[in-house]
Amino acid sequence: MLAIYKKELRQYFTSPVGYVFVAAFLAISGFLFSMFTVQYAVAGDDYDLGTYYTVMMFVCSIIVPLLTMKTFSEERKLRTEQLLLTAPVGIGSMVAAKFMASYTVFAGTFLISCSNLFILYKYGEPAGGVLLGYTIGILLIGAAFVAIGTFVSSLTESQLTAAIGTIGILMLMLLVNFLNDYIDWTWVRLLTNWFSVYSRFINFTYGIFDYAAILYYASIVVIFLFLTVRIYEKRRWE
Amino acid sequence: MVQIENLVKRYGEIYAVNDISFTVNDGEIVGFLGPNGAGKSTTMNILTGYLSSTSGTVRIDGFDILDDATEAKKLIGYLPEQPPLYLDMTVAEYLNFVYELKKCSLNREKHITEVCDVTKISDVYKRIIGNLSKGYRQRVGIAQALIGNPKVIILDEPTIGLDPKQIIEIRNLIRMLGRDHTVILSTHILSEVQAVCDRIIIINKGRIVADERTEEIARVVEGKRRYVVKICGPQKEVLNALRTLDGITYVEMTADRELDSTGYLIESEQGADIRKPLFYMLSENKWPLIGIDAMGINLEEIFLSLVEKQDSLKGKRKRTQATASAAKEG
Repeated sequence: MLAIYKKELRQYFTSPVGYVFVAAFLAISGFLFSMFTVQYAVAGDDYDLGTYYTVMMFVCSIIVPLLTMKTFSEERKLRTEQLLLTAPVGIGSMVAAKFMASYTVFAGTFLISCSNLFILYKYGEPAGGVLLGYTIGILLIGAAFVAIGTFVSSLTESQLTAAIGTIGILMLMLLVNFLNDYIDWTWVRLLTNWFSVYSRFINFTYGIFDYAAILYYASIVVIFLFLTVRIYEKRRWE
Repeated sequence: MVQIENLVKRYGEIYAVNDISFTVNDGEIVGFLGPNGAGKSTTMNILTGYLSSTSGTVRIDGFDILDDATEAKKLIGYLPEQPPLYLDMTVAEYLNFVYELKKCSLNREKHITEVCDVTKISDVYKRIIGNLSKGYRQRVGIAQALIGNPKVIILDEPTIGLDPKQIIEIRNLIRMLGRDHTVILSTHILSEVQAVCDRIIIINKGRIVADERTEEIARVVEGKRRYVVKICGPQKEVLNALRTLDGITYVEMTADRELDSTGYLIESEQGADIRKPLFYMLSENKWPLIGIDAMGINLEEIFLSLVEKQDSLKGKRKRTQATASAAKEG
């Protein structure tokens, strides 16, 4: 398992994918951060981290798929999955190792982007608890996104299909509860609210540490990784 | 070492592998032979645990490939039809990754160096796999299978796409591996199994049509002996005399002509040794025999006759069934 984890990490940074992801993430987060803090302050308003993190969540839904698109599709296309599946490593460990590697790149990059926050400490007195809430929120959402991307990547041989498919699913999960204004049935609204990644994140932006949300994101990770394992087992049997 | 019992793999209505059973003993080199699409790769993929069989069992040194997958897989080194190479890695990175993946406990540096020496890839050790030629890639693929010194080595078409010199090198390598490993290799090149294997298993349409030791396989088939003889003498008369000789069923002049000699291809009846009568007949006529070449029955012929036999058996069975049902109806 450790071997596959190390290999995946190395492959991110021996190809452009890893660098493109890190660069894009840091550039976009840096720009958005300055927009919602420094520029607001210049205009005389208070800074607005809630909006920053919400927008970052949408940004993640577009660039996380770049990170996960090749996870399984490339292995399948190059037939290297035969090496992994005939090695004395279980399918579960293989999926977990690949998920962890993608997540390490995501979480590492996000934590680097958190260095932006020092500016707030230098020129103001932000509420540490709220910042911690946001950070944990994004880390959890990222885990859910990476797990979904990993799953979609196991469905196809094409990186492009995997990326677009993942973006589609993530967008749907983020936007589904915006439809609520047009839906009369309460139970449907409850369902879309439950399903929506966005509605769960809102609490974090209010500075509320929501255990139900943590459970929700953790369940998404477990469910999608489990489905990925099932996809591989099914493919063996068919 | 490898036990396969009643292996069946079905894709919908199609049987890719249909009730195959065989056992491979310790230290044996077994050639798995069959035309494209016969079920060779499918069988190998099941043996190595990449695919699951529809029914039947595979045991590697007693470990079931499904129930004790991890233990069984530890004993196998596998080169699939397309070598599973990461093109963006160097050979060094790749082999080190495989070493870790297989959880080897051998001395890492020493072991990898040995494998590279055996497969002759030491000179490209630091290069990126994507930039290597087909021959080198194939050998890196074989090196990958050897990492961890597994007891069973399974090679799917190991010489495909290589040039003649590389093919000879790989065959020598396989023969050497056979000394202390059990090797199963598949191929559709018949001379390859003849050159390398102790035993040949021929499969066609998912079924085993022959399972024999290499030197015995020729005997399984009713083959005719063939010779190319060179005789000095008047062509027409020689030809007629050969045709009337007992035991000879077929004579043909070949294009091989020197000043006064002509080559003839002759085929004898089954079981008849025509060499002595041929010699006496020629010496009676004072036609010197200046060359005789026995043409071994080649595997192509064996193969075709086996496969045809299987098909005609099936045909017959169908026909008898048809006549039987027709008789019933009548």
